Amino acid sequence: MKVQIRYFASLREALGAQESLDMPAGSTLGSLRDVLIARSPRHVEVLARERAVRCALAQRMCDESTLLVDGAEVAFFPPVTGG
Amino acid sequence: MPERVSVRHADFDLSAEVAALREGDAGVGAVVAFVGTVRDHGGAQGVSRMELEHYPGMTETAIEHMIDAAHQRFDIRAARVVHRIGVLQPTEQIVLVAVSSAHRGQAFQACEFLMDYLKTQAPFWKKESSAQGSRWVDARSSDDAALQRWGLGSGNAG
Repeated sequence: MKVQIRYFASLREALGAQESLDMPAGSTLGSLRDVLIARSPRHVEVLARERAVRCALAQRMCDESTLLVDGAEVAFFPPVTGG
Repeated sequence: MPERVSVRHADFDLSAEVAALREGDAGVGAVVAFVGTVRDHGGAQGVSRMELEHYPGMTETAIEHMIDAAHQRFDIRAARVVHRIGVLQPTEQIVLVAVSSAHRGQAFQACEFLMDYLKTQAPFWKKESSAQGSRWVDARSSDDAALQRWGLGSGNAG
């Protein structure tokens, strides 16, 4: 299934605003992150497991055990710092 | 009743916001408003500035959800959140959370609840710039602890 991935803040600066990827059915956000990490040295640098990265599916905060949905928008970003 | 959430570049007027929040509601006996402003972190090195990025769409939805949660928890009449984005200079206003209620206690609590929630769950990111360069602001674990006081988990700062 196809997923659209968006990046924000420091992740956007490193990886660009978005990319898309095909993932097997039944994949989670965590497995998507692992696939992305394998894509390039830049991906490793900002998405590595020791980095604090948060994610959203269909514009809702969620954790990495969440199952991907076909066509849904996924986002990865650093911890939020508004207010 | 004005819209509950506004994410925008433009500044806001506290008096006008509070007036709109309680207009025509004689059940309101208390209004609590919090205004966050840009601190100058440039120190002796000169003027700094701040840039605020957000996740359009998700930001508004997330704050609407927070206001729903505040209505469920507290006996409040209305709430409004204004959050600015883009480039801001020191002393400028960044955020407004205003809450009306019959009595002050619920309005104070709901206002603090909304700020604690917003700090850790709304997708905004701050970047500070000064003569030394630019850096993304780090999330603070004390903000996660603030949300936990309300019985809500937050692992934002990681």
